[in-house]
Amino acid sequence: MISVQHVKKIFPAKSEEVVAVKDVNLEIKEGEIFGIIGYSGAGKSTLIRMFNGLEMPTEGSIYIEGKDITRMKESKLRLARQEIGMIFQHFHLLWSRTVYGNIAFPLEIAGIPKKERDERVRELIQLVGLEGKENAYPSELSGGQKQRVGIARALANKPKVLLSDEATSALDPDTTDAILDLLVDINKKLGLTIILITHEMHVIKKICHRVAVMEKGKIVETGPVLEVFKHPEQPVTKRFVGQVTDAEDMKETVGRLLEKYQSGKIVKLTFVGEVAEEPIISTLIQKQLIVVNILHGNISHTRHGAYGTLFIHMDGKEEEVRNAIQFLLSRQIGVEVIEHV
Amino acid sequence: MFEQLFPNVDWEKAWEKTVETLYMTGISLIWIFFIGVLLGLLLFLTSKDNLWENMIIHGFVASIVNIFRSIPFVILIVLLLPFTKIIVGTIIGKEAAIPALIIGSAPFYARMVEIGLREIDKGVIEAAQAMGAKTSTIIFKVLLPESMPAIVSGITVTAIALVGYTAIAGVIGAGGLGDYAYLDGFSRNNNDVTLFATLVILLIVFIIQFTGDYITKKIDKR
Ligand SMILES: Nc1ncnc2c1ncn2[C@@H]1O[C@H](COP(=O)(O)OP(=O)(O)OP(=O)(O)O)[C@@H](O)[C@H]1O
Ligand SMILES: [Mg+2]
Repeated sequence: MISVQHVKKIFPAKSEEVVAVKDVNLEIKEGEIFGIIGYSGAGKSTLIRMFNGLEMPTEGSIYIEGKDITRMKESKLRLARQEIGMIFQHFHLLWSRTVYGNIAFPLEIAGIPKKERDERVRELIQLVGLEGKENAYPSELSGGQKQRVGIARALANKPKVLLSDEATSALDPDTTDAILDLLVDINKKLGLTIILITHEMHVIKKICHRVAVMEKGKIVETGPVLEVFKHPEQPVTKRFVGQVTDAEDMKETVGRLLEKYQSGKIVKLTFVGEVAEEPIISTLIQKQLIVVNILHGNISHTRHGAYGTLFIHMDGKEEEVRNAIQFLLSRQIGVEVIEHV
Repeated sequence: MFEQLFPNVDWEKAWEKTVETLYMTGISLIWIFFIGVLLGLLLFLTSKDNLWENMIIHGFVASIVNIFRSIPFVILIVLLLPFTKIIVGTIIGKEAAIPALIIGSAPFYARMVEIGLREIDKGVIEAAQAMGAKTSTIIFKVLLPESMPAIVSGITVTAIALVGYTAIAGVIGAGGLGDYAYLDGFSRNNNDVTLFATLVILLIVFIIQFTGDYITKKIDKR
C-alpha cells in the first residue's frame, strides 16, 4: 500500500548541511498501524512529512497506492493530500472556527456542497465522541477534545491513510490512552492505515502492529511489535523496550540485591505470549528444592499478546538451582542470570 | 446652553465641517484597509520560509513601506501636491486631502497587518496545506480569519491616527474640523470654536476606539 524507497532528506545549511533522513526503506501494509519510534532529532517528523509532500525528499520515492507522491504536479499533489489525513502534536486547529467549522474546513477544500458537508460533519462528530460540542471554539476545549477535533478533521475526506506526528505527546496518560483507543477504533471501523511517530514505547505497545526504530536518520530495526519486544537487537531498541518493561530504579535495586544475596542467583525471566499467563513460579517451587524470592515483575500487553519480565532470586543447592533454570528453559522462558548491574 | 458656551460657533458650518472630517476619514480608511491588507499579505507571503518566499519582491515592498512610513505627514502632503493635482484635479478641499491620507497611512497599516499575520501558528498553515488547500484558500480561509482581531485593532488605531491627519490636512486647506478650528477659531481668536472642534474630534476618536475594541473583543476567540 505504501512503499518508501531509498528516501533521503538533506537540509542545506550555511555551515554544515543536515542529513535528517538517510536511505530509509519501508513497506507498510493496508489497514496496518505502523509505528516509528525514535529519540528527539532522529528525523521522525521529517520522514512522516514526506508522506504527504510537506517535505520533499532529496532522493528516493514514496509510493502511496502505486502513485509516487514525490513526483507529482502541484495540483495532483493537492488532490492526493485530500486522501491522506494528518494529525499533530499541537493540534493546529483554526481558533477562529468552531468545532463544526474546523471539521468542515477540509470538506470545503474538497468542494463538497453544504448539505453533504453538514451531514458528514455530524457523522464525524459522532465518530470521535464530541456530540454537543459542535459550537464550541477550540479555546474552550481540553487537549484531548482538541485532538478529537483534529482526528475528525483528518478523517473528513475519507482518507485511506492517517499520519500522526506525536499526536498524544501533549496529553496526559489517561487522555493518551483514550485517544489511542479511538485510533484503534477507527483503524478497525474504517480499515484505515495509520502511520504514527512517537518517542513513547507505551504508544507502540498499545496500538501498533509493526514498529520501526529510528536513530540518526536511519531505520535501525523493524518488525512486528511483539518480536521487537522479545528480541530487541540494537541498543536503542533495548532502551525503548526498557521504557515499558523495567522499572526506573531497577538497576539500583538489582545492584543492592547482588550485594545482599551472596549465595544463589538473581535471574531475569522473560515470558512471551501464553506462558506469561501460566503459573510457572508455583510449579517451579513445587518441583525444585529451592527458595524463590520475587524482586520485580511487569507484564506489558501488546496487540499480539503479553510480554512479561520477572526478576527473582533463587537460593538452594547449586545443582537444584541449575535444575530450576533447566526447567524454566524447557517452558520456553527466557532466562538471563544477572551477575552484575 | 450650548449657545452660551460656544457663542461664536455657527452650527450649520460646524456640522458641515464634521461631515467633511468624517468623509475624509471614511473614504481614506476604505482605501487604506484594502491597500494595507494587500501589502501586509504581500509582505508576509514573500517573507522567508513562506508560501511565496521572494526576497526581491519582499525587499522592494518593505523599502517602499518603510520610506512612506518615515516621511512626516505635513511634508508628505506638500511632496504629493503635484500628484494630487493630476489625480484629483485640485489641491484644496476635502477630496485633495485623500491621496496624502491614504499614502501616509496605508504603509503603517500594512505593517500592522503583517505583524498580525506573523502571529499565526505556522502549524495551522501547514495543516491546511496537508489538507490539500490552495494558496487562495489559505489566504481567505486561514490567514485573514485567523488574523482578524489584529486586522481590526490595526484599522482602529489607523482610523484614530487618520482623524488627526485630517486635522493637519485641514490646516493647509483640506477642510474639515481642523480647518474650522484653525481658520474660524484660531485665526479669528474665537477660542470657543477651537474648543468645540476639539471636542467633536475627541468624540469621533472615542467612538472609533469604542467600536474597534468592541469588535476586536467579539471576534477574538483565542
Ligand atoms: N526545516 C529544517 N531545516 C533545517 N534542518 C531541519 C529542518 N527540519 C528538521 N531539521 C533537522 O533535521 C533533524 C531531524 O529533525 P526532526 O524534526 O525530523 O526530528 P524528530 O525525530 O521529529 O525530533 P522530535 O522528536 O524532537 O520532534 C534535526 O537535526 C533537525 O534540526
Ligand atoms: Mg518531531
